[in-house]
Amino acid sequence: MPSDQLSATHFVAPVKNTEITVDAVRIDAKPSNLWRDAWRDIRSRPTFWVTAVVVFVIVLMAVWPTLFTQVPPNNNCLLANSNGGPTSGHPLGFTFQGCDIWSRLVWGARTSLMVGFLATLIGTVIGVVMGALAGFYGGWLDSVLSRLGDIFFAIPYILAAIVVMSVFSQNRTPLVLAFAIGGFAWASTARVIRAEVLRVRQADFVTASRAIGLSRFRTLLTHVMPNAMAPVIVVATLTLGAAISAEATLSFLGVGLGSSTMSWGLDISQAQSSLRVAPMALIYPSIALTVTVLAFIILGELLRDALDPKARARR
Amino acid sequence: MLGYILRRVLQVIPVFFGATLLIYFMVFAMPGDPILALFGDRTPNPALLQQIRDQYHLNDPFIVQYFYYITGVFQGDFGVSFSGQPVSDVLARTFPVTLRLAVMAIAIEFVLAITIGTISGLRKGKFFDNASLVIALVFIAVPVFVLAFLAQYFLAVQLGWFRPTVGAENGWNDLWLPAIVLGLSLYATSMRLTRASVIDTLNQDWVRTAYSKGLPRRRVIPVHVMRNSLIPVITNTATNFGVLMVGATVTEGIFNVPGVGNTLYQAVVRGEGPTVVSFVTVFVIVYVLVNLFVDLLYGLLDPRIRYAK
Repeated sequence: MPSDQLSATHFVAPVKNTEITVDAVRIDAKPSNLWRDAWRDIRSRPTFWVTAVVVFVIVLMAVWPTLFTQVPPNNNCLLANSNGGPTSGHPLGFTFQGCDIWSRLVWGARTSLMVGFLATLIGTVIGVVMGALAGFYGGWLDSVLSRLGDIFFAIPYILAAIVVMSVFSQNRTPLVLAFAIGGFAWASTARVIRAEVLRVRQADFVTASRAIGLSRFRTLLTHVMPNAMAPVIVVATLTLGAAISAEATLSFLGVGLGSSTMSWGLDISQAQSSLRVAPMALIYPSIALTVTVLAFIILGELLRDALDPKARARR
Repeated sequence: MLGYILRRVLQVIPVFFGATLLIYFMVFAMPGDPILALFGDRTPNPALLQQIRDQYHLNDPFIVQYFYYITGVFQGDFGVSFSGQPVSDVLARTFPVTLRLAVMAIAIEFVLAITIGTISGLRKGKFFDNASLVIALVFIAVPVFVLAFLAQYFLAVQLGWFRPTVGAENGWNDLWLPAIVLGLSLYATSMRLTRASVIDTLNQDWVRTAYSKGLPRRRVIPVHVMRNSLIPVITNTATNFGVLMVGATVTEGIFNVPGVGNTLYQAVVRGEGPTVVSFVTVFVIVYVLVNLFVDLLYGLLDPRIRYAK
């Protein structure tokens, strides 16, 4: 059959040159990743900005207390001012010892944050190392490290810290206190990291990294850990809140830092005897302590929500 | 079930010995010579010193000393408190009070957490939910000693609803204020867990089935949703038990409740190291046993746990 005959019997639709946009891709868009998504999510939440400002002010107080108060916190205490009300230059009044409450609050931030940061650093480093090794290598190492974690988990960390501080009653430095808290608070961090490393270990890029000849340890360091950092940040922020609370509790019990240091827990402890006549000396440091702990806990929870895509989808 | 029990008990054994060994080691590292301290300023006879050291096994290696100690613990000998009383006697005297306080606190915690948590979960994202989540965060953040002082000042001193301190003579009714403080310190995590658990259960197939077969809401919520949501809340009590013990120590100290916690509190405040260690050891043993018990209970309530590896 000749070809022109065939085409005559066949209807061929005229070609329309209308452009249809299929799967428009913006080439110039920045590549998205977990951290960028989290930042976009978290910066749109007003709670984050309020918390960030509070944290900034507290950190500033700890780093540069003279910016907030000119009154020295410990010397210059006059017993004549004992439990006195607010006067000019002393906005919150005086403690039982006649010290300026506002000044002691400002200087107390340093103790709280320093011990809190150190304890969190120690606890997180131990927890991450233990959890990562247990989760990545598995086998007998996992068994040994996980049982070790169970042992530390079985001792509530404040009780453990009380024992440590009772033992080291001669040298109660911030570092010893931080070790007492962080050295026993790592077990829960280790559990979280172990679970996360177990999850990341399954990924194809880990297999690929091993396949191109990277050693196991290098794979863990360069490919697994960077992808398991999200829960580390979240747990560390929450631990920071708990560690600040623990420091105050230990100072309150008299096994924190010595009585010459400025600590909110110590101030609360010293104000308890005159609670009936001068409640504000107890209430102000209580507020400072609660606000600080609350700020770090809220920050931790916001980070957790932002860094967990599943939680973001649920909202 | 028997296999599960056996497995869990076997798992607890290394934790038990590890934790007690760890605390014992810290005491071992404690500076100062306890026997020399017994003599005060006088210089003791070296032979006598040697004899006392032998009597208390102080010349033996660390692990042997631990062995003597732990054998004593199994026979109910937890050592001697600072005032010379056996710790077991002090425990026998103070434990009933603490048990009463703990029961009241956990009851308050459960009632509040389950009620508010369930309502929150059912009204996810509404005003009640948001408000109760914010309040829960505050309760998580406020340290228990701050909570205790605020309650003491506002509820007892200002409003006069309770006596500020409890004292030696106490019945169930006198413990309300410390129990409320302790219950509130435990409340927040339980409430959030109840809420999450209720939200989770609401999305389950059986809840949809219950609604589709025409059951009214007042039957679906308590029977099909709440009963299935409460298991994690109960197991959380075991995790929370550490918070409870620290909380009991602080609240009993502040409200002067003559319980186990107050004994530890006094020992800590007065710097009586050995007594502190004895009581912390007791607390850790109780904590391990409570966790074991709740784990077994969990296995009983939820068969899936029994068979999981």
